[in-house]
Amino acid sequence: MGEKSLLTINHLKKSFDGQTILKDISLQVSRGEVVSIIGPSGSGKSTLLRCATMLETMDSGELIYMGEKAAQEVEGRCVYASRTDLRRIRRYFGLVFQNFNLFPHYSVLKNITDAPMTVDKVPKKEAEKRAMHLLEQFGLADKKDAYPFQLSGGQQQRVSIARALALQPEILFFDEPTSALDPELTGEVLKVIKQLAKEKMTMIIVTHEMQFAKEISDRVIFLEHGNILAQGTAEEVFYSDNARIRDFIGKLNS
Amino acid sequence: MTAILEFWNKFITMLPELMEGFGVTVTIFALTLIFSLPLGLFLSFGRMAKNSLIRTLSKIYISVMRGTPLMLQLVVVYFSPYYVFGIKISNSWRFTAVIVAFVLNYAAYFAEIYRSGIESIPKGQYEAAEVLGYTKVQTFVKIILPQVIKRILPPITNEMITLVKDTSLAFVLAQVEMFTAAKQFAAAQASVMPLMVAGVFYYIFNLIVASLMEFAEKKLNYYR
Repeated sequence: MGEKSLLTINHLKKSFDGQTILKDISLQVSRGEVVSIIGPSGSGKSTLLRCATMLETMDSGELIYMGEKAAQEVEGRCVYASRTDLRRIRRYFGLVFQNFNLFPHYSVLKNITDAPMTVDKVPKKEAEKRAMHLLEQFGLADKKDAYPFQLSGGQQQRVSIARALALQPEILFFDEPTSALDPELTGEVLKVIKQLAKEKMTMIIVTHEMQFAKEISDRVIFLEHGNILAQGTAEEVFYSDNARIRDFIGKLNS
Repeated sequence: MTAILEFWNKFITMLPELMEGFGVTVTIFALTLIFSLPLGLFLSFGRMAKNSLIRTLSKIYISVMRGTPLMLQLVVVYFSPYYVFGIKISNSWRFTAVIVAFVLNYAAYFAEIYRSGIESIPKGQYEAAEVLGYTKVQTFVKIILPQVIKRILPPITNEMITLVKDTSLAFVLAQVEMFTAAKQFAAAQASVMPLMVAGVFYYIFNLIVASLMEFAEKKLNYYR
């Protein structure tokens, strides 16, 4: 723990319209770790990710990046840091969306360079160098001038991963990155994520790709009804004694 | 042959005044757009504001401006300095009143067009920008607005074409624009010909407006 923990979530609770989505989630992620979050639909996986990336506000609990508190409990209420602090903290992480959310009016290159140039004031040359490096790494260098609508889903998702990485985050979140893709395209995106895992990128991945989760995860978290039902290495979770988990994984394998 | 010659002579005599009127028409058109397009954007912000007072006021404003005749609004604006402030209405106020009324009216229509455009942009665009660290202003100016403009060009073109024809309403404040000039000739010559000529002018003007907007649409077709 301590400074090695990139992300710490303590006692996160979240409900929508009186319906509890996340009951009491605590989680720590260390540098270089790859964590998969699996579980049935409606278990709160995406909400957990959206709370961690501050797209949703937590009802209570703490959210800490690199020792900096984005949100903390004050007299039983969840209080977020100031806007400027949050902007700085936001730079610790990146997020890859299920449906890419690329900017359709920007070329592939501009999609990747615009945030570093606008947000971090990176000089254009440097931003483009960084972007081209990522595109080459992901086999998309020839697509730099294309627009998102001209790309396949798999290519769009790889561009969106490059866009997130261009800001050099400490930790990268994936929200079901292959759910909008057919199996063929899924493969090329998973390959990229595997490549990142090899480079020791810290990643938290919400996914339905069990085989993939098993292969790359240092840790797997099984979420159900807003609770962490089990967590551990892939082996521990996938071959768990818990009947519910076995049932879930069994159904996916059959 | 003499009939054509007669027509031509009449046409030539009224052309200078018609052109002068046309100049006024174009000026009303241009000034209305220059002021009402930005005003409409701010009005659409009010219409979508979190603050319910601002939202309700904007909604009422839009409703009244769209729900009452522009001709009436012209009269109200023209006489309001006298009735509200007791100021004597000067001659120079005439043209300003025309522009103010047109701007106030068209901003209401544009506001609703902007709103429909802004609301049609997927939430994911805002979320992606937020996670990437863009400020709210950067998100709107760099990510949202360009996409909104592309989407609202067709309805904006419609309003612009209507505006060209609406400029003729300026006659209620005795502002001489092209239609007023044509009407005077029609009365003097006891002929509808001058009005027909004015009609051709309006049509050509609108043809140019529509072509320019079509060109703009094509320019923005580089992405989907």
